[in-house]
Amino acid sequence: MSDVRVAGTGLTPFGNNPERTGRGLFAEASITAFEDSGVPRDDVEAVLYGNFMGELSEHQGHQGPLMAEAAGVQAPATRYESACASSGTAVREAVKRIRNGENDVLLAGGAERMTNLGTAGATEALAIAADDLWEVRAGVTFPGAYALMAQAYFDEFGGEHEDLAHIAVKNHANALPNEKAQYQRAIEVSDVLEAPPVSEPLGLYDACPISDGASALVLTSESYAEEHDLEAPVAITGTGQGGDRMALHDRDHLARSPAAREAGEEAYADAGVDAGDVDFAEVHDCFTIAEVLALEALDLEPIGEGISAARDGRTTADGEMPINLSGGLKAKGHPVGATGASQIAEVTDLLAGEHPNSEHVDGATTGVAHNAGGTVASATVHVLEVVEE
Amino acid sequence: MSDSESSVTDAGFDEWLAAAENNDAYYLECANGHGSLPPRLVCPDCGSTDLTEVKLPETGDIQTFTVTHVPTPAFEEDAPYATAIVDFGPVRLTGQVVGIDLEDVETGLTVELEITVSETTGERVISLRPA
Repeated sequence: MSDVRVAGTGLTPFGNNPERTGRGLFAEASITAFEDSGVPRDDVEAVLYGNFMGELSEHQGHQGPLMAEAAGVQAPATRYESACASSGTAVREAVKRIRNGENDVLLAGGAERMTNLGTAGATEALAIAADDLWEVRAGVTFPGAYALMAQAYFDEFGGEHEDLAHIAVKNHANALPNEKAQYQRAIEVSDVLEAPPVSEPLGLYDACPISDGASALVLTSESYAEEHDLEAPVAITGTGQGGDRMALHDRDHLARSPAAREAGEEAYADAGVDAGDVDFAEVHDCFTIAEVLALEALDLEPIGEGISAARDGRTTADGEMPINLSGGLKAKGHPVGATGASQIAEVTDLLAGEHPNSEHVDGATTGVAHNAGGTVASATVHVLEVVEE
Repeated sequence: MSDSESSVTDAGFDEWLAAAENNDAYYLECANGHGSLPPRLVCPDCGSTDLTEVKLPETGDIQTFTVTHVPTPAFEEDAPYATAIVDFGPVRLTGQVVGIDLEDVETGLTVELEITVSETTGERVISLRPA
């Protein structure tokens, strides 16, 4: 099977830009991705675009063609919605299309406009990623759902809020040199512990911010990359997707993410690697506890031990398994529809030596991107490898 | 929304809330003994379409909980409030914990189902009261 090359990556800065429209954000990200790739827009055969809350934040459905137009691409376009895993899902579909020979050049990515809704409006919009009848109407918020998982984790495996605080501190530290990050600001453990509670045990600094932003990837077949002499040394070599029951209370595990495990196992097998081959990862840390669950689901930490990984330095920038060198959702920001493709862009840039944090993964050949939807009723995992020196 | 004249009901769910208000809460049991919550035509565990209503056990135990301080607008006047996932045996339910100080809510606490009303919207809310 042919590898899928990441020919170009483009990200807007993630942050608080309530006046910026989704189409403006995606246009900017796509311009960067095309410039980076050297691929002409005319060669793009389809646009696969991730977005979650466009109807609520912009009164805009049917965003696929709108975003193709914004990117200057004349091609069929489809929006993929899978809550916060929307663009991870879009990229996965793009990978499958290129692999099966249907397409040679695709534009995949996503965008989200969120801050114009305000905190209450965005909280309400994010909550619809949960089961409306049985969770939202009982008062479950997005942070509340992750807090239920955090408490379940503490009860089953131990750990405390201070352990989680180290994850937030690590990811803020990683974001310091990342000029695209929403927060280029260091924090201390005490900042996390003293922050206002959102949904106990999680506080304000355990949560990712509400963000506006976009991501875009120009993906090509190996043969197209070779024929056009593209500089595209990184390939997506494995893709996987997992699913779980919608409501948290219907899951087999309250303190694990079986959908992410399923996605990870599929992606590892697809790429012909295992967790031991992974040099670093970008994981979906929408809340600090989410990073713990992701590490364990991907077999990067044993079950029940992920809670101590940041505190003990295993996942810090100079640790054995750097996690979220971009700053993660926590500090880089989380414009939900853009997040999955942005993680793949970060892993690509880190592997290619073009990221401000590449020095921490010098010589690395294999990176992983993990993108979760809702309370991980959806998950995608992608394995990326350096295939050309 | 169910109380306003112009709104429609949510088939299967509003009936369940009404039953719960009359202490007749139920779950759905399929031919293979799997429990699930309505509205549902198919057992999510095995695909059986032979679903019957069975009375929900009187009490359940809190499996995990949180105290929410930043709510959605629909619960603005209710915050802070505790939400818990409760194991009733054949099914689990998510609801607000009432009739107890927030700091006394804990994993393992035995509770019973009660339908209360949101202070913010007046809508019915699945709640759980210490048994």
